[in-house]
Amino acid sequence: MTLQHDAVAGRPAAVRPDLHALVRDDRVHRTLYTDQEIFAEEMVKIFGGRSWVYLAHESQLPEPNSFLSVRMGLRPVIVTRDRAGVLHAVFNRCSHRGATLCREQSGVAKSFQCPYHGWTFRNTGELVGTPWPQGYGEDFDRTEFGLHKVSRVESYRGFVFATLNESAPALTDWLGPATGWLDYWIDRAPGGEVLVRSGVHRMGYRGNWKLAYDNAGDGYHPAFSHRSLLEMASRMGESKDMAYFGRSPDEGPMRTYMLGNGHSVIDQRPNYDGPGSFWANQRPQPGRERVEEYIRAEYGADADRLLDLCVGSQINLSIFPNLLIIGNQIQVVEPLAVDSTQLSWHATSIGGVPPEINTIRMRTQEDFPAFGEPDDQANFEEVQRGLAAPEAEWVFANRGLNVPGWQEVGPDGVVSSTATDELHMRHYYATWLDLMTSGGAR
Amino acid sequence: MSTEIPARFADTSSWSYHIGNDYYRELSRQSELLREDWPESTSDELSRATSFLTREARLIDEGRFNDWLELFTDDCLYWVPVTPGGGEPTVEVSHAFDDRRRLTDRVYWLRTGLAFCQIPASRTRRVIGNVETTVDPSTGDLLVRSNVVVHEFRAGVTKAYPGWYGHVLRSSSDGWRIRLKQVNLLDSDQLHENLTLVF
Ligand code: FES
Ligand SMILES: [Fe+2]
Repeated sequence: MTLQHDAVAGRPAAVRPDLHALVRDDRVHRTLYTDQEIFAEEMVKIFGGRSWVYLAHESQLPEPNSFLSVRMGLRPVIVTRDRAGVLHAVFNRCSHRGATLCREQSGVAKSFQCPYHGWTFRNTGELVGTPWPQGYGEDFDRTEFGLHKVSRVESYRGFVFATLNESAPALTDWLGPATGWLDYWIDRAPGGEVLVRSGVHRMGYRGNWKLAYDNAGDGYHPAFSHRSLLEMASRMGESKDMAYFGRSPDEGPMRTYMLGNGHSVIDQRPNYDGPGSFWANQRPQPGRERVEEYIRAEYGADADRLLDLCVGSQINLSIFPNLLIIGNQIQVVEPLAVDSTQLSWHATSIGGVPPEINTIRMRTQEDFPAFGEPDDQANFEEVQRGLAAPEAEWVFANRGLNVPGWQEVGPDGVVSSTATDELHMRHYYATWLDLMTSGGAR
Repeated sequence: MSTEIPARFADTSSWSYHIGNDYYRELSRQSELLREDWPESTSDELSRATSFLTREARLIDEGRFNDWLELFTDDCLYWVPVTPGGGEPTVEVSHAFDDRRRLTDRVYWLRTGLAFCQIPASRTRRVIGNVETTVDPSTGDLLVRSNVVVHEFRAGVTKAYPGWYGHVLRSSSDGWRIRLKQVNLLDSDQLHENLTLVF
């Protein structure tokens, strides 16, 4: 009885701890990875309510009236091109009683008819009609019943982002110096022609989505988490590819750059020198010997450039909160629940090269993730298990903090450091905190 | 059509000269054959194929991957497509597209004891049924098609992977060798956790 009385009288709602106390200079609180309410709030604010989020690549919507089903946080969303080719994003949620309208992954459609009661919507969101309209009153105004539109959809050179925040900065301002790194990645393809239609490795792990984002900018883990890969690579003698992560990486030339708004990049290119060096250091993939012989015979002086395109970009670019460019792949972070995440590795092919080059690109885009990512994801899952202990409260990101000589400010104001610095986590958590508390409209 | 392999590339556990356009064409021919309607199998072929598949399954389920590797030909392919049915491997990625070298790598990798995704290791048991056989008219290889469910237990979680196998078996002096093993998971293009078990 007393309990009920208290409830009616209105006890103050449980006050959530101030997020500022949970994100510190050198550490973050475990509940950022385990708390359902924080997760629910992230899905609204970080994944579209305040921030830009990556939705799709334009090559996945190749023609007028193409559509693609995606998620914006937990919201089901349809990205469409209208008949003029202009991009839109609408909630995949019927404005009548809520059913999803589109249940296909992708295709071409001028309109969507809801399978429940048959309301029909244009691919730009307007309600076209309802069955037996006489059942609605005179005052029924179709224009009030369109699909919920994602207010801003913008593309940067084929990468489509969206936000529900009218006062978010322009996309290029949000991306900031990250655009230069995206340009490098895009311009490796002759004419900048990147095609995202070569299959997707949809990988899932039982852990929070930020474990993947933490890892994407982490140059500390490869020597340990990827030991099996490094060991496998030495089966036939000298270890290739990521071996430089295994030699004391702090002495090497690799660096990590903080690009603002939670974006960062690890640049592995200084480990290579000159045309043909990516190819020379690539772990051998099926068909390598044959394609090399053919390309060298046919393309002579241009062969090194072409062969290098079979190999990953040697940058790991993280664009907050959900786009990770790694190798030749576009990886999208798709949270499913506080402790469940899908990582979609979209394989890419490129225009302007002989087909044999794209075929070897397929084989290199199998090698990693297959022999690398599962070890990381096993570690993410074990982190999530470990974080179940409430008394051990903190996750540390203090490597490189206050270490003299590590961080440098470049002429462009971009802070960089050695690749094992956990600066990436400290950097993006500042953005995270800002979006989750006051900010987002900068 | 087979390619002349230069002598220095003859050891296919170290070299992969033989995977070229002609190899992909032959793969797509075989893969199509594996999806066609076949005449009823003879009972002799069927029982020999079934016992081969059963033995292969046991080697995998007992973690005897080196012995399993010995079942494959030099020009073998262990193929787990992402696209249901196989798709077009020259322009699409697969879960596994292992020639002899990569398959040797895979077995080596599983046995490093350092692959954290396999610590603890997957325990598996697979059930194979609906076996059909026919002979490839252009090579004389035996084609075997079967349904399979692989049950896996690892790290506290039990999962089941239903699908079908397509095997291309070539006879050798000491029995059949696997030229192609195509593993068609029912949900190959969907979300999977830790797909590092051997199918
Ligand atoms: S829920 Fe869509 S028409 Fe009723
Ligand atoms: Fe990694």
